Amino acid sequence: MSGILVYALHYEGAINKNSLGAVSEGARLASELGTECHAIVVGETAGLTDELCSSLGAYGATKVFRAEGPEGLAQPVVDAMAKVITDNDLGYALFGGGLLGFEIGAGLTARLDAGVCMEVVSVRVEDGKLVSERPILGDSQISDVHYDAGVGVIIGRLNAFEASENGSGAATVEDVVVDYAPHSLKATMVQRGEQRGADVNIEDAQFLVAGGRGLGKAEGFEALEQLAGALGGAVAATRAVVDAGWYSYSAQIGQTGKTVAPKLYLAAGISGAIQHKVGMQSSENIVAINKDANAPIFEFSDLGIVGDLNKIVPKLTEAVKAKKGS
Amino acid sequence: MAEDRVPTHPVAPSQFPPPVDSVKEFIGAPTDPEDERIEVGVAIVGGGQAGMACAIRLLQLLEDDPELTERLGEVPVAVIEKGKVAGAHQLSGGVMNPVSIRQLLPDADDWPHWGEVSGESVYFMLNRKRAIPLKPVPPPFRNHGNYVVSVAELNRWLSDKAEEAGAFILTETTGHKLLVEDGVVRGVRTGDKGRDKSGGEKGNFEPGSDVMAKATVLAEGCWGHLTGAALKGLGLAGNDPQVWALGVKEVWEVEQPLNKVIHTLGWPLRPGAKYREFGGSWIYGMNREGSKPRVSIGFVAGLDNADARLSVHDVLQEFKLHPKVRRILEGGKRIAWGAKAIPEGGYWALPRLHAPGMVICGDAAGMVNVPKLKGIHYAIESGKLAAETIFQQLKASSTDFSSYERAVHASDVGKDLYESRNMKQPFHKGLVIGGAITNAMVVTKGRFPGGHWKNHPDAEAPLLLTDRHERYPKPDGKYTFDKLSGVFLTGNATRDDAPSHIRIEQRVPREVAEAWQWMCPAGVYEVPEDAPADGPVDLIVNPSNCVQCGAITAKGGRLTPPEGGDGPLYQIM
Amino acid sequence: MKICVLVKEVPDAAVEKRINPSTGRLDRSGEKNLNPFDTHAIEAAMQLKEGGAVEVDEVVAVTMGPESAVRALHKAVSLGADRSAHLTDEGLAGSDVNGTGYALAKLLESESPDLVLLGQQSDDGECYTIGAVVADHLQMPSLTQVIKIDVDDGKLRCERQAEYGYDTVLVELPAVISVGDAINEPRYPSLKAIMGAKKKPLETKAAGDVGIEADRVGYDNARARCADFKAPPDKAAGEIIEDEDTNETVEKIVAWLDERKLLA
Repeated sequence: MSGILVYALHYEGAINKNSLGAVSEGARLASELGTECHAIVVGETAGLTDELCSSLGAYGATKVFRAEGPEGLAQPVVDAMAKVITDNDLGYALFGGGLLGFEIGAGLTARLDAGVCMEVVSVRVEDGKLVSERPILGDSQISDVHYDAGVGVIIGRLNAFEASENGSGAATVEDVVVDYAPHSLKATMVQRGEQRGADVNIEDAQFLVAGGRGLGKAEGFEALEQLAGALGGAVAATRAVVDAGWYSYSAQIGQTGKTVAPKLYLAAGISGAIQHKVGMQSSENIVAINKDANAPIFEFSDLGIVGDLNKIVPKLTEAVKAKKGS
Repeated sequence: MAEDRVPTHPVAPSQFPPPVDSVKEFIGAPTDPEDERIEVGVAIVGGGQAGMACAIRLLQLLEDDPELTERLGEVPVAVIEKGKVAGAHQLSGGVMNPVSIRQLLPDADDWPHWGEVSGESVYFMLNRKRAIPLKPVPPPFRNHGNYVVSVAELNRWLSDKAEEAGAFILTETTGHKLLVEDGVVRGVRTGDKGRDKSGGEKGNFEPGSDVMAKATVLAEGCWGHLTGAALKGLGLAGNDPQVWALGVKEVWEVEQPLNKVIHTLGWPLRPGAKYREFGGSWIYGMNREGSKPRVSIGFVAGLDNADARLSVHDVLQEFKLHPKVRRILEGGKRIAWGAKAIPEGGYWALPRLHAPGMVICGDAAGMVNVPKLKGIHYAIESGKLAAETIFQQLKASSTDFSSYERAVHASDVGKDLYESRNMKQPFHKGLVIGGAITNAMVVTKGRFPGGHWKNHPDAEAPLLLTDRHERYPKPDGKYTFDKLSGVFLTGNATRDDAPSHIRIEQRVPREVAEAWQWMCPAGVYEVPEDAPADGPVDLIVNPSNCVQCGAITAKGGRLTPPEGGDGPLYQIM
Repeated sequence: MKICVLVKEVPDAAVEKRINPSTGRLDRSGEKNLNPFDTHAIEAAMQLKEGGAVEVDEVVAVTMGPESAVRALHKAVSLGADRSAHLTDEGLAGSDVNGTGYALAKLLESESPDLVLLGQQSDDGECYTIGAVVADHLQMPSLTQVIKIDVDDGKLRCERQAEYGYDTVLVELPAVISVGDAINEPRYPSLKAIMGAKKKPLETKAAGDVGIEADRVGYDNARARCADFKAPPDKAAGEIIEDEDTNETVEKIVAWLDERKLLA
């Protein structure tokens, strides 16, 4: 039993970024295990062109299994993956971060009587097997998870796997006919992917610019919105400023607000008290601007700037725009 | 040292009373239609040691009395507790005299503790480097036969016992209003849930209920919400007003066990009479088989202190830097933090302990022996005595609980409190003179010098501004800490859109604003950065940080219970 | 319609979670509470019952856990469930995600519900989407991340959050629906309901009572096993810039961001 099957989510003619990351990761691990990494896509054939499917080869997939079936729903994918894994005697199922991945992976675990680990941040090879690593206890510890019997299901945390085009060219596309279970066909998609409201959901944003009391007044958020726009992200806020009515509660981050883990968290005028920290400490890159050199945030920021944010933020916005060429 | 700034006219927080009329708001007739009211036999407000002891004793007596049990209905004993669970809001040093818990539960010897006291020391801290041991240990500090306990833990154990005995423990429920009809206390109205910041009703708004009881016990603890209203509204106030101290505590896991209890006086508090700094520290070894050794350390200071910039939390951080303390804590890890006010008025501040249909127990009545730092066993004892009076009187279908008051005064509780009745007040004359006078009292068991040394309300003490705050250590996050990280450790996660539960005048002179800012161990009150150096300040209030210690009630504002379930979740305090 | 709500007792979020220094395993001795996500599931069940679009005969709270788990059931009942069922058995201790899902499925099978509601995840972070595991064992359609449920001609019209926005999905009953916390604002229990909770029927069942096969549950039969906790890799100490020449400072920041491919 060997080989890794990676689920690739597609939408409007493109493969999801996290899925590409998972394929890259799958390829890396398969190579180390001395086996192959394959991908699987499920949906309407019109959207799943040969070109789109074989492009996964660039990320390291050897074969792409293509199954015609309902789109955007988990249970048909469980049926498809179970079939491919069983027919091809594969050893692992791998998912990039994302809501559908969790749902499919969980169902697949039941179907294959498998072991599963969720919120995986990294995977390694040990004695010819894969070992997952996941954070526990509020990200303060990392736990190893071993797969003791049967297939291993690995469900990554959002953005855990970086996409890299290290593949050796086009992947072969193999069509699979799946006999969907009756219950898999009892959910019907009525409308998919409806965008709601102008507000970006800050939990999904990759770049966040957050403001705290140090802004001095509500108008201080205007400069942050400019910067967020330049970076291609959204604006967040601390509890103190939301309490003061400077910004909306939907943007609040912290112990009693939302928890986020974007690629970049830029904190302006935020002291970094633990009540705020717990909401953003897993951000990949933390940049802090504060005029108080003793602010606790400087103890856990990756880049700290001690200075006046009113001077720095507008100039930074201009510089970012210039660099990005917009 | 910079000049202390004394305002030209004395400024005290009491000049800016909070916007609240406690009698009008918190005492009244039931309002629910009769068939919607909840009937219980005895309603106990407060699930601390006094409340649980009362519940347990009542159920012990009721077990042998089926007739009265039936008369009390489906819910003979209900305990109304505002914490998320019983024990969530419990905090004490503490060293407990086991006599009362053994009398209450003679067959249950497994109440949790952290070791019998096996050694004690008292030090006078001269300065930040030196300490003078006081030998022999002054009598109030002798704790032979007593036990180190965590009341948060002990309370959970008592709560289980009460539940086993048949009590209904209603957690996450506040006693919001005292129900009085025709001069008789008829029960308690519980607090609403689901109000928004402006006090309006959210989608899931759930109004409180009128809980009707044949007897009501107020065992609310040190800042008793209903107790405060009752003292005014039912004319129960004692000779002197109540006064309080604030205690801030940490629990540490340490490498080497500490096999004694230590008390200190002196530094970092200042001895001069003008500062009115009365207090000291405790350091108790907490040792139990199967557990890593722990230490409970805390600092206490009277809330009538004069310097607006005295911060008990920061004094504790400073205190930890003393080499004697470092030796105990170094290499260890802080695992808990908390704060609570301690009633220090003693005998003269005891209110009348009963009204028709109602009694007051424990800390709510100020039953704390200040020199001996004892109150836990008084709480248990008073709860027990309350139960006995209530049982007897309900049998006779009477609401006259005056025999409870007589019982308390005749018991050791009453005797101890009388003996120590004047022992804190002399410290207004400064540490040395005060200490000498109090020593004389201790030696003569209160007889010399006798008389009645009056207490004055904490909030009336005039304020001065010094540079005290410049000497607090900058928190390093490993050995010394800021206030907010402590608040986080308590598990406090109050709803953001809840209405503020703190009644306070927000536009006040700088001295008053700073007094509140420095006093509060949880960082609830803040003076805005751009506030004028002279002239009125618009205080910032962060109610969601509040750990309900009660200090603000002593010092000019007023705490009311926030939504039931809010506040800290103390585990080992 | 019979609705079963799956609830779980989890360590209170406020209790600092730590590894027990003596056992090296997760310290479970602290306070436990009803999983906050499950309160949303109970509320959803109550809203269906009170909504009138469909007739709900009873709402049953079910849980799997040690003795203390009954408190989660009492809470569920005080919020409106009519009765509860508690699956407890030593043989279930230490079950992994699959084992737990299987056991819960067997418990639910014995109740034959038309709709199973549960919270999206549990506060102890043990596992997300156990609803999907349960649904596969029960062979029922399932959706997770659901934030709106309406009844549409005997089916459920659900809105759920997905990668690309909000999906609307029509689901046939019987089904398993996992709800997110955005779905509703749970009610507070009334004092009367809290006091009456212990009187509502509570059935205790052992693994054998619902046909659970012993070799599919328990610590020894786990297919995935947690081992070896370690501290996360040390974050490199952060860099500090003191702003003197803001133009220079900003240049440095942009270079730093660019280095990390944050300006792509």
